[in-house]
Amino acid sequence: MRVAVVRFPGSNCDFDTLRAASLVGADAYFVWHREGDLGGADAVILPGGFAYGDYLRAGAIARFSPVMKAVVEFARAGGPVLGICNGFQVLCEAGLLPGGLMRNAGSRFVSQPVEVRVESVDTPCTSAYTKGAIITLPVAHGEGRYVADDLTLRQLEDDELVVLRYTGENPNGSAHEIAGVSSAERNVVGMMPHPERAADDVLRHTSGAAVFTSLVTCLERLGGGAA
Amino acid sequence: MPTYQVDVRVMPRAALLDPQGKAVQHALVELGFDGVDRVRVGKALTLAVEAADAESAAREARAMCERLLANPITENFAVTVDGEL
Repeated sequence: MRVAVVRFPGSNCDFDTLRAASLVGADAYFVWHREGDLGGADAVILPGGFAYGDYLRAGAIARFSPVMKAVVEFARAGGPVLGICNGFQVLCEAGLLPGGLMRNAGSRFVSQPVEVRVESVDTPCTSAYTKGAIITLPVAHGEGRYVADDLTLRQLEDDELVVLRYTGENPNGSAHEIAGVSSAERNVVGMMPHPERAADDVLRHTSGAAVFTSLVTCLERLGGGAA
Repeated sequence: MPTYQVDVRVMPRAALLDPQGKAVQHALVELGFDGVDRVRVGKALTLAVEAADAESAAREARAMCERLLANPITENFAVTVDGEL
């Protein structure tokens, strides 16, 4: 199965993400932001970083890059899309995910391991976890405070669209301790933690690997791609 | 067509915490400006917009805010036309 990792000027988790997807058997490849198509992708990942230098707002300019037209089409057609950290910000700006991400409540850039609970396993990015599992993943962001209006928050909770939730310290002041959400159709997922930074034995932290295993498994189930 | 100077002000929504504003306020109080309160930090943009008249220039700028310059979930915006250039 083919997993496209989109690169914007300023992406900096692209290689780690490519590697994490490759380690679980995906045929992962880069797609530059100027590209108009995704090269026959079965799944798309927007990696972390500072696309376009976070100018104006994180993700605000990236969402209008040519590749995002293809990503939006792919997502609207039900294709699995994962946004990690800056990728999550881009997906919110693009309107593919509800809510937005603002400067951390404590003003500080947080770079540390955090505990999160897997609240939903009914997504292409979390199906390999056990519902309710508490895992440790690294976060590294200055703008990860999830905000949404009350109605949206209620909908997220009622429809079980919160995918990951901080269980220990809330590192950024996110509403409802939200660390990751999915779209109403569940095929688009965004998360502030970096599973790709905890997906390789050599790092001695592998609790993020199942995000990529989930993607590959869901694609196999859908009969996507030719290995 | 005339060109208008347009000022756009983008502010974090009042209901949302503005940690930048808090930090600036704290620094001001530290400097002895005791009377300062409710400091908020936003963005100011200036644009030269070609349009038939001031109202069209404002309309154009508001459309820019809705599409790109402001995020309606987290920010409010205000547009002022400052006259012809």
